[in-house]
Amino acid sequence: MFDNLSDRLRLVFNKLSGKGKLTEEDVDIALREVRQALLEADVNYKVTKEFMARVRERAIGAEVLQSLTPAQQVIKIVNEELIHLLGDGEAKLQFANTPPTVIMMVGLQGSGKTTTTAKLALLLRKQGHRPLLVAADTYRPAAVDQLETLGKQLGIPVYSEGTKANPVDIAAHALKRAHEVAHTVVILDTAGRLHINEEMMGELSRMKERISPNEILLVADAMTGQDAVRAAGEFNQKLGLTGLILTKLDGDARGGAALSIRSVTGVPVKYVGVGEKADALETFHPDRLASRILGMGDMLTLIEKAQVEFDEKRAKEMEKKVRSATFNLEDFLEQLQQVKKMGPLDQILEMIPGLGSAMRAQKATVSDNELKRIEAIIRSMTPLERTSPDIIKGSRRRRIADGSGTSVQDVNMLLNQFKQMQNLMRKMSRGRIPKNIAGMMNPF
Amino acid sequence: MRGRVFDLFKRKKESEEKIEQGLTKTRQGFFGQIASLFEMDEITDDLWDDLEALLIQADLGVETTLEVVERTRSRVYSERIKKIEAAEAVLKEELVRILRLVGSGAGEPPQLAKPLHVILVTGVNGVGKTTSIAKLASYYKELGYRVVLGAGDTFRAAGVEQLKIWGERVGVPVVSHQTGADPGAVTFDAVQAALAREADVLILDTAGRLHTKYNLMEELKKLRRVVQRLVPDGPQEVLLVMDATTGQNGLLQARHFTEAVQVTGVMLAKLDGTAKGGIVFAIARDLGLPVQYVGTGEKLGDLAEFDPEGFVDALFE
Ligand SMILES: Nc1nc2c(ncn2[C@@H]2O[C@H](COP(=O)(O)OP(=O)(O)OP(=O)(O)O)[C@@H](O)[C@H]2O)c(=O)[nH]1
Ligand SMILES: [Mg+2]
Repeated sequence: MFDNLSDRLRLVFNKLSGKGKLTEEDVDIALREVRQALLEADVNYKVTKEFMARVRERAIGAEVLQSLTPAQQVIKIVNEELIHLLGDGEAKLQFANTPPTVIMMVGLQGSGKTTTTAKLALLLRKQGHRPLLVAADTYRPAAVDQLETLGKQLGIPVYSEGTKANPVDIAAHALKRAHEVAHTVVILDTAGRLHINEEMMGELSRMKERISPNEILLVADAMTGQDAVRAAGEFNQKLGLTGLILTKLDGDARGGAALSIRSVTGVPVKYVGVGEKADALETFHPDRLASRILGMGDMLTLIEKAQVEFDEKRAKEMEKKVRSATFNLEDFLEQLQQVKKMGPLDQILEMIPGLGSAMRAQKATVSDNELKRIEAIIRSMTPLERTSPDIIKGSRRRRIADGSGTSVQDVNMLLNQFKQMQNLMRKMSRGRIPKNIAGMMNPF
Repeated sequence: MRGRVFDLFKRKKESEEKIEQGLTKTRQGFFGQIASLFEMDEITDDLWDDLEALLIQADLGVETTLEVVERTRSRVYSERIKKIEAAEAVLKEELVRILRLVGSGAGEPPQLAKPLHVILVTGVNGVGKTTSIAKLASYYKELGYRVVLGAGDTFRAAGVEQLKIWGERVGVPVVSHQTGADPGAVTFDAVQAALAREADVLILDTAGRLHTKYNLMEELKKLRRVVQRLVPDGPQEVLLVMDATTGQNGLLQARHFTEAVQVTGVMLAKLDGTAKGGIVFAIARDLGLPVQYVGTGEKLGDLAEFDPEGFVDALFE
């Protein structure tokens, strides 16, 4: 599978650069790479075709043909068009003029409706709403139980009538309850169903009739393939969707289905699910998904996370230390702590373009456990040893290994690698920035 | 009783019908469709483009699609094939060949091991693991085997209760702990209980997990080791459940799960929708992993043995 679209495009244009002026045919060769990237990202075949036609129109213009950096120009155009198609800016929920606001969650089986229902309630409560959850999935075994459990965990009330009642009635009764108890938002968890199941789709239409929801949100799995257009199209046709929530984006799916769904239904993505925990629901950023679809990592998320977690002043100090090559093991320990705050390491590394797959390819294992081991080793050192690791010789190594529950080899390895890192910093401080970021990010 | 295990797909006929019903909403001849589209009865260049479009839309992925189209095209030319029907036959052969690459036993589950046949069921979130386990349990039970289930999803709210309800419906015991308990401990208890009851088959549910989560994949490896403490050659089967609507990410899923716990076969669920499940071609080709079962609905009987010819036919007939 391809890795990074920008690298691939650069390769294409480098091959072409020998022959002087770029032609339309040259651009077409490059655009084939873009097309393949989109298809590999699960963007629907027909959606890709239309999209490429628009991109081509711009790409054969002067912007690319006369550019000194055609690869970058193509990326820029593709990226802009993607962001445009995904919806410029954030799409907000529509709230009712007179509460409660009613939100229906719909989708195929297993897309993540129940979990997302709870997440959305939590998010809205944080914004000052008083949500009521409604267990309207009476079909899947223990679905009611699941929502009730989540409600209890979050302290959010759940309306349910067990599994014998009719989901449409449940919805209507829940609405009545919401009025009585002054809930401001009602979120209905409906059963997963196939878009071609007339009977089950009919149930949703009737529910819509009965309760006139303000929002009907399609919950779709980020891993969905080509069929996304079909399923989303049917849901939209029968119900009139108002938005999309894309789930399971914490994995490594590129999420091209979002583009397909957006272009076939016209409804905006409103939220994305990024984990199993109740707070793992985020507002949608088209630019991030665009670079993800193109296989260019999720740098913006990473940068944002880093900004939240790192104290800016400390970060500047660290940077100075790195530049002057006075960065020691004590500083390193501090950085480890910071990195740990950003979340599980494997997830962080996945967000760096090319690094995730590069590490997988080398079977490199930078695990949280390893971080713990490194931490334990440094913690077993005296302050002097941490600032001047050169003094750590034979008996000290043994003591550190014993103290940290590791082996002398582990200690040796850490010290060697730290030395390499210091050398690297010295080079950098003399202005030579190494090309291989992966090597730098992965000293251990 | 051993050895006859796989007559068990006596229900195959009925199941096959289900697959086809599930797969073919438009039953026009596939090549015929294209041919009429272009009003041609001869093979032209457009045919190959349309073929490419169709395979990509069935989630085969660019690489696999190009390979299949290329092989078909070169055979059509070198064998001087002129008729559309003959070309169609070549295409089907090429597609089936990929699914068959994984060995002649492809699609046939292994014979039950003694004293206990342990099946570990895994996959990403929401693909259909728990439901598939219920179907498998019912299937083995109908064959007269003693089945025990282990409720290893102690993470998702009501994951345990869901399996218990299925266990009651099927009429097989479910070994469970509370939500939040250590899945390793439940798994150990389940193996021990199955051995004590002299059960034939133990099917272990696990929490859904993304293959990119290091800690959760480590946990899965541990479950495997826990089984091996009591059943050294277990789990004899590791089934990866995959949702038929999954796109290209399916290959990454299969690769990571296989690396972690040596998956022995794929169970392709939700084939009753409109998605074709074409990612299994790449999985068979790149990883040599066979598809063993398909899920065709939400009821206990909605399970069928995987049949490559039927699968390919249903895609294109
Ligand atoms: N239409 C259809 N639905 C299915 C099939 N298999 C499972 N489902 C449905 O898919 C949904 C998810 O199934 P589960 O069995 O709970 O999936 P799971 O993988 O155990 O989910 P988690 O444990 O939450 O990761 C349920 O609504 C099932 O009824 C199938 O073959 N066809
Ligand atoms: Mg489950």
